[in-house]
Amino acid sequence: MQVVEGSYAIAHAVKRCRPDVISAYPITPQTHIVEDLAQFVADGELECEFVPVDSEHSAMSVALGASAVGARAYSASTSQGLALMWEVLYNVSGMRLPVVMTAVNRAMSAPLSIWNDQQDTIGARDSGWIQIYVEDIQEAHDATIQAYRIAESKDVMLPVMVCMDGFILTHTYEPVILAELEETDDFLPPFEPEYYMNVKKPLSLGCFAEPDKYMEFRYMQHEAMKNASQRIEEVAAKFKKAFGRDHGGLIEGYNLDGAEIVLVTFGSVIGTIREVVKHEKGVGILKIRSYRPFPADEIRDALKDAKVVAVIEKDFSAGFEGALFTDVKAALYNHINDLKMLGFVVGLGGRDIRADDILEIIKRSKSAMDGGITDEWQFIGLRGEIL
Amino acid sequence: MKLRIGAIADPGTSVVNLTGGWRTEIPRITPELCIRCFNCVIYCPESAVKYSDKEGIYFDYDYCKGCGICSNECSGHAIYMEMEEK
Repeated sequence: MQVVEGSYAIAHAVKRCRPDVISAYPITPQTHIVEDLAQFVADGELECEFVPVDSEHSAMSVALGASAVGARAYSASTSQGLALMWEVLYNVSGMRLPVVMTAVNRAMSAPLSIWNDQQDTIGARDSGWIQIYVEDIQEAHDATIQAYRIAESKDVMLPVMVCMDGFILTHTYEPVILAELEETDDFLPPFEPEYYMNVKKPLSLGCFAEPDKYMEFRYMQHEAMKNASQRIEEVAAKFKKAFGRDHGGLIEGYNLDGAEIVLVTFGSVIGTIREVVKHEKGVGILKIRSYRPFPADEIRDALKDAKVVAVIEKDFSAGFEGALFTDVKAALYNHINDLKMLGFVVGLGGRDIRADDILEIIKRSKSAMDGGITDEWQFIGLRGEIL
Repeated sequence: MKLRIGAIADPGTSVVNLTGGWRTEIPRITPELCIRCFNCVIYCPESAVKYSDKEGIYFDYDYCKGCGICSNECSGHAIYMEMEEK
């Protein structure tokens, strides 16, 4: 075990996965990850084509091209950079290329903010990428290794975003067990795609599809997502066997037995919530690891005994409510009828989420249990005095 | 043709990839008006207008993209375009 910066842990995990091509454009707070990787390549520690590019659009395009010729490709970005990758994200998933990227979570401009929330990757929710949200640095490191195995599964072949909170996870130091070369090699076989571009056996990827075929291609992506649900669970179990560490598969429950109030969320805020819940009776946590594919069945099962569910998230859809809140409600509709649902938006643009904020959410959940729901969806920590 | 992931296509397969799906309008012919000038056969950019002694002028709808050039060039006003529903 070593005390390292979160970004270094990610770079190390990527190095262990033996990528053939890395292409990225530096952007705060993702910068340290690609700087560390560039250093590995420069020092001869990692045999890999490191392609510095002019923009994130180019970074993801290079990853696309590399993956299409059968290379294991990696990229990383955040916020505005992720937004600039937008059209390429859909091309990568549509061409069924198992690119892995670290999507560092940062607020979207405007107003300009370099700080953390999850609006950026929530916006990329429908791009056909698998999205895994991680709680701490060790999980971010481990999920990166798992990501390649999930993405490259023959019945999946979809790209993966490992979503980690900017600064809170990228710039902090934690004791991390860094993967050894041998154990990673045993766990992750070389990338051998069924189809790839080859001058000796040419083919075209992502061809034009007329209205009589387009829907079928999109449906195939949906089927692959369903397969990914199984693979995510399987890979987590195999990872546990190989490395001895477990962060959950699609979801992870904490204190769910007999919990009347369940707090549902993803990302690093779970660390704070765990501390608070330790001293609260009858309050459990449901951590969503995989946001796409969305584990609706597993969520239903985990919440079957709850009385109040509070969804906490660092994003929202202006004009409606939090995205995770909407999705969790949709998963339960027609299945569990007597459950009260509350949604809370916290920590936008890097505002600290304190233990008191979580206690306030628990207090409002308790009052909802006694029949007192005033607002189904609300902001926590909003500064009324400056509005 | 069975679909493969990622909209993958082999080279030299334009024959099996039917492009008629691009079409919005479909050409039709009134055979009595056709004077056998063959302008339609000559001008069709897809070689999708055919002729046989038995059938006269007919269309290969697998590849006709519905551009309407045949109808435009038709000297007897025999070819007309119809909206096609898919």
